[in-house]
Amino acid sequence: MTDQDGQAHSPVSLASLRKGARGRVTAVLEDDSAQVGDQDDSTIARRLREIGFVPGEPVEVLEVVWPGGDPMAVRIGTTIFALRRREARSVVVQIDAP
Amino acid sequence: MTRFPPPTRTCRVALVGVPNCGKTALFNRLTGSNQKVANYPGVTVERKEGAFVGPGHDCLYQVIDLPGTYSLVPTTLDEAVSRDAVAGRLRGEPPPELIICVVDATNLRLSLRLVLELKELGRPMIVALNMSDLARQRGYKLDRERLSAELGLPVVETIAVRAGGEAELVVAMEAQSAVTAAAAPASLIVPGSADVERTQRESRRILDAAGYVVPLRTRALQRLDGVVMNPLFGPLLLAVLLFLVFQAVFSWAAAPMEWIDAGIGALGSLLQQALPAGALQSLLVDGVLSGVGAVLIFLPQILILFAFILLLEDSGYLPRAAFLLDRLMGSIGLSGRSFIPLLSSFACAIPGIMATRTIPNMRNRITTIMLAPLMTCSARLPVYALLIGAFIPHQAVGWFNLQGLVLFALYVAGVLGAVLVALVLKLRAGRSNYYPLLMELPEYHWPNLRNLWIGLWERTRIFLARVGTIILALMVLLWFLASYPAPPPGATDPAIHYSFAGMIGNALQSVFAPLGFNWQISVALVPGLAAREVAVGALGTVYALSAGADDVGAALAPMIAGSWSLATALSLLAWYVFAPQCLSTLVTVRRETNSWRYPLIMAGYLFALAYVAAFITYRVAVALGGG
Repeated sequence: MTDQDGQAHSPVSLASLRKGARGRVTAVLEDDSAQVGDQDDSTIARRLREIGFVPGEPVEVLEVVWPGGDPMAVRIGTTIFALRRREARSVVVQIDAP
Repeated sequence: MTRFPPPTRTCRVALVGVPNCGKTALFNRLTGSNQKVANYPGVTVERKEGAFVGPGHDCLYQVIDLPGTYSLVPTTLDEAVSRDAVAGRLRGEPPPELIICVVDATNLRLSLRLVLELKELGRPMIVALNMSDLARQRGYKLDRERLSAELGLPVVETIAVRAGGEAELVVAMEAQSAVTAAAAPASLIVPGSADVERTQRESRRILDAAGYVVPLRTRALQRLDGVVMNPLFGPLLLAVLLFLVFQAVFSWAAAPMEWIDAGIGALGSLLQQALPAGALQSLLVDGVLSGVGAVLIFLPQILILFAFILLLEDSGYLPRAAFLLDRLMGSIGLSGRSFIPLLSSFACAIPGIMATRTIPNMRNRITTIMLAPLMTCSARLPVYALLIGAFIPHQAVGWFNLQGLVLFALYVAGVLGAVLVALVLKLRAGRSNYYPLLMELPEYHWPNLRNLWIGLWERTRIFLARVGTIILALMVLLWFLASYPAPPPGATDPAIHYSFAGMIGNALQSVFAPLGFNWQISVALVPGLAAREVAVGALGTVYALSAGADDVGAALAPMIAGSWSLATALSLLAWYVFAPQCLSTLVTVRRETNSWRYPLIMAGYLFALAYVAAFITYRVAVALGGG
């Protein structure tokens, strides 16, 4: 999944990225039905979009917590958010060539 | 000074914005200390309202500070209230005539989508470009005229942390309020995912058109994050910080606590001289001053702890600490979001419980609320200090002091109890539900002293109100119970033995005897149920001391050291780690959860824990020869 050879790669899940990885969001998946809170309509995908995870937005993994690399601190646009790997699974990212 | 006629009209203004945009600082700047904090009817969300008269002297602005929200599709109760309030759909709350959307000039991408969503409500609205000084300083670029033209809304610059930083906004408010009229509630349509992406695209288009340029994050900030959130150094730094905070709470508070103590003592002797001996003097000195003084003395410790919490929160550190602890807290069924409420609970469970409002999921929130009273709050300190001082020898154990170690062990016992309870709750809940973290880690800021001051003043007011109402009333009641009825003529036992308090104590003693508590402790526990710290004053009264208010504790220590066994003292300490001896906490839980169910469960499980812990402690101590 890491791009040692500098070639274009197919998009991967944000959850699979390591510390320091950068890329651009290509899609936010709707398949996680978990809600963010108790209010109706508050799905993970919606909140991710609202806070800036939309196609084209630059994203970078700043830090991950040991053990298990969960949660991760992710910069989206100009904002830093803490996400668990599970939330990050909904975000599809095209990794930048190094 | 020129006098102006009273304002002839009012304008209801709602302040809205994403979390961490400096909205509350701007609210403080606009309304100063002229604020009222209450709850919205029927829900438990805090409603902050303030007012000021505009520079034209004819309009009174009633400003409400709504909870921060990323969107008009809420995830938390807080966000739901914000949405309903701006749309004018909140029960008992007229629609606002003017909306001020506060945006962070250093993080416009996040804020601007909310502006577009709010704009669709079709209300008169002003965009306040907050932190505009910081943005310029850090090299952000923006054509404000163009932004205003693209949005079709007035855009003003504000600097909430500087005096006069609200001037431009106030001018715009005067212009808008002159033309706005009362509005009807707006209808809400839940936007679909396509709508969210559309508003995001639109906000990016507008920002590009307005030439919004964000400088690269400085190396210094990146390095700071590299250390603070480092998987290895981050937790170490957090541990050191927490240690220093608790150290400061105890060492810095010592001097002001002595002043309060001396002041109350002086007041007591003054009253004793000024009033003739009798019931009134006894009521004021033994009842009111000794009881209230025993509580008031903890104000410095509470304020120091809160000052640290507010500073760490304002600087952007606390959310990062929560990030580091998410995994750990997740293993006992909580999330990183529970960290800040639980940390606050070390000062006092009440603000801790109120801080759980930011936890989006009700079950997580309830669990956090249930654990809050297990964090050793400052009200337990007087009891711990009295008992440790009287029973634990002041001797060195390696590098440490035995008294200090016992105090530390009591804190740890509370935390371990919380872990245990959390695990039980997690087992009961099963693994069915998942709740995401999705928490913003805001940019670091230098904390603002004015906001710190306003925050501390709010805490002081709440604390003093509690001392002046619940605690004062209880002390008067206890004094009455301990003084009447008077002993029959020719009585041989101390007077209190014949009073109502003595009767209650004797009745309760059968319940508490297995824990090694005597009737005096049993009596003191009754008012101590309402507020823990009262027990010290109550023990003083019960032991019928005639000493002045200031040295109740000092004179009490040798007295109980002579009459209790070590096992009894340890048992009482164990009781205090767990027992739900704080009516205000239970009332707060009732208010926050809107039902009596949770406060009753809380009281029940805490009493059971306390009884078992005290029983085991007593039996073990007796078996080891401490009886």
